Amino acid sequence: MGKLDGKVAVVTGASRGIGRSIALYLAKEGAKVVVNYSGSEQKALQVVDEINSMGTNAIAVQANVADVDSVTQLMDTAIKEFGSIDILVNNAGITRDNLLMRMKEDEWDDVINTNLKGVFLCTKAVTRQMMKQRSGRIINISSIVGVMGNAGQANYVAAKAGVIGLTKTTARELASRNILVNAIAPGFITTEMTGALSEDMKNAMLSQIPLAKLGQPEDIAKAVVFLASDDSSYMTGQTLHIDGGMYM
Amino acid sequence: MTTVLERVTKVVVDRLGVDESEVKVEASFREDLGADSLDVVELVMELEDEFDMEISDEDAEKIATVGDAIKYIEGKLN
Repeated sequence: MGKLDGKVAVVTGASRGIGRSIALYLAKEGAKVVVNYSGSEQKALQVVDEINSMGTNAIAVQANVADVDSVTQLMDTAIKEFGSIDILVNNAGITRDNLLMRMKEDEWDDVINTNLKGVFLCTKAVTRQMMKQRSGRIINISSIVGVMGNAGQANYVAAKAGVIGLTKTTARELASRNILVNAIAPGFITTEMTGALSEDMKNAMLSQIPLAKLGQPEDIAKAVVFLASDDSSYMTGQTLHIDGGMYM
Repeated sequence: MTTVLERVTKVVVDRLGVDESEVKVEASFREDLGADSLDVVELVMELEDEFDMEISDEDAEKIATVGDAIKYIEGKLN
């Protein structure tokens, strides 16, 4: 008996990193999972195989979350395949770091489109289904830098702060329909995204983390399971900081 | 055969929990039938399903009364 038996989850950007771990943890609790990916088909299929071997179901669906037609097709496929969407995890995200003074317009646009507009489009696309069901969970993956700010990431920080505002508004609009919307703000988590950082940057970061270590994707995935399950049924519009105490 | 009026009435009664006698052609969803803005969005969604048609956001914004809905749907069906 899992906490999410029979539930259907869509996880965007689920082929790698935090998204992959979220997909696996939701499946471990019995959810059927739609593994969305943008470019890494092989890796997405590996996640699907891993989930199928746990005895629940998964499919991989390619979609660009910043494109409305692509998002519509993603959600239609999920409903066609599994009959409902109970959980949406807006996880897909990219970085195009640069100092504000050097940041090009397309670096700004790319990050805002995927990391913020993508959350809006995916949320809008599942709302109809969840309103009819009179239940649903939407979990948005923001970032602790969206709360603190971070030099070199104006685009990313603006998008992630925007996600927190979007979470609160969506939570208010949909509360009467029993759709609960919360966000998670991860700190520094060991993934390819943070692997690209220099040793100096990593050390500088570690000195600011009371728990003195990077987090693991599982630390985020476990919180997603909590927010997707009945254990969190009296909370909406909140942002959980999972960052080793970096920001208090 | 059930008329458009009857089918719309049924959707409105189911969705808004009002009495059938209240669903008059001139009744406004928000003023007379107690719907909030989200109820109206849902109502339009259910009318789309009932009549198997797509109602654009632009058109949906113009549907304020039971009569508006019937007129719009009849126009689309013909």
